[in-house]
Amino acid sequence: MSQKAVELILMRQLASYLAMPILLFDPAGNLLYYNEPAEAILGRRFDETGQIPLEEFYSLVKLTAEDGLPLPLEARPLVIALQKHQAAHRTFRIQAFDGIVRRIAATAFPLEGQGGRHLGAVVIFWEESRP
Amino acid sequence: MRVTLWGTRGSVAAPGPETVRYGGNTSCVEVRGADGTLLVLDAGTGIRRLGGRVGPEMRVDLLLSHLHMDHIQGLGFFRPLDEPGQEVHIWGPPSTTLDMRARLSRYLSPPLFPVRVRDLPCRLTLHDVPLERFAIGGLTVTAALVCHPGPTVGYRITDGTASCAYLPDHEPALGARHFPGESDWTSGFDLAAGADLLIHDAQYSDAEYPQRVGWGHSSIIHTLRFAEATGVKRLATFHHDPGNDDRALDRLVDEARGAFDLPFQLIPGTEGATFALP
Repeated sequence: MSQKAVELILMRQLASYLAMPILLFDPAGNLLYYNEPAEAILGRRFDETGQIPLEEFYSLVKLTAEDGLPLPLEARPLVIALQKHQAAHRTFRIQAFDGIVRRIAATAFPLEGQGGRHLGAVVIFWEESRP
Repeated sequence: MRVTLWGTRGSVAAPGPETVRYGGNTSCVEVRGADGTLLVLDAGTGIRRLGGRVGPEMRVDLLLSHLHMDHIQGLGFFRPLDEPGQEVHIWGPPSTTLDMRARLSRYLSPPLFPVRVRDLPCRLTLHDVPLERFAIGGLTVTAALVCHPGPTVGYRITDGTASCAYLPDHEPALGARHFPGESDWTSGFDLAAGADLLIHDAQYSDAEYPQRVGWGHSSIIHTLRFAEATGVKRLATFHHDPGNDDRALDRLVDEARGAFDLPFQLIPGTEGATFALP
């Protein structure tokens, strides 16, 4: 496996120290890393899952809108960050590895390196108190 | 490929009778390909003496790891820059805001220096170094951003048979809970992997490092572990702290030799040392 860009390495190291749930994705949408606070929302430790390919991630993690319908791809903050290279924020429900449905807000922003390199995206989860 | 260390000191030049063996000049390394290709890695004060060995007809490619003062201070005293018509290329890490000329001009202009970049008589070309593999003469260069404050690259140079990795300012252990961790999450790993010679930052002792976390440099044990993880054949310690004299550096290296069973040759990086690769 080839070495990650130093910006991704530093982002992962920063995330590993923060108390906010943070997920790190590569430009193709593959989940590279999530920190301990994110483990509580996803319902499984990163050591158990390791990196997760995009398709597998979306087959395991269900996102639904406030109306209960599946959240369209184009409305997902991660997809907006990766495809439009814009920051995005939205509240939705997530059902991850432990099957529990949680209402969360997610903020996603692209990671743009020098020389126009698209390095991926970061997603921060904010747990909402209302289920 | 032949590699010569012209300056091994970090941070600031440290000349004096107590530093004659390791040397007092700041970072500068010469790499000569078998076909005569000349690469100069960094322009610390060590570059002044190297300049006297470069013929006026030669193309010179100067690869800067970054633009901290100890890596560019010798630039104004590098003779090829004063040679009318000499072909000189300076490569350095890209910036998001200023081009290389603007950044170098901060130093090479009054009041810090009497001569401006635009007044240099050589045929000078400035480049943002591509963050990928590229060829200069008979040598192949790979540049990649590495962990150090501000845009900083490390280099890997190969001639098809041997390889040299140059990471003079590098703190791959920064923020790592366990170092070294997985190879793909280790800064500089691909540059150094399997190199015949790794020239690497070893500025601090293990006791000094905890007080200097985030300054962009390595403790010697981190350097040893990095060299072990990347599977290099030889490690030359580099970027010596200006506060360490020859005896202190000897002690540091002696302690390092006893740290664990080193699977590579540990070489104290001394000014004037030359390596024939492979």
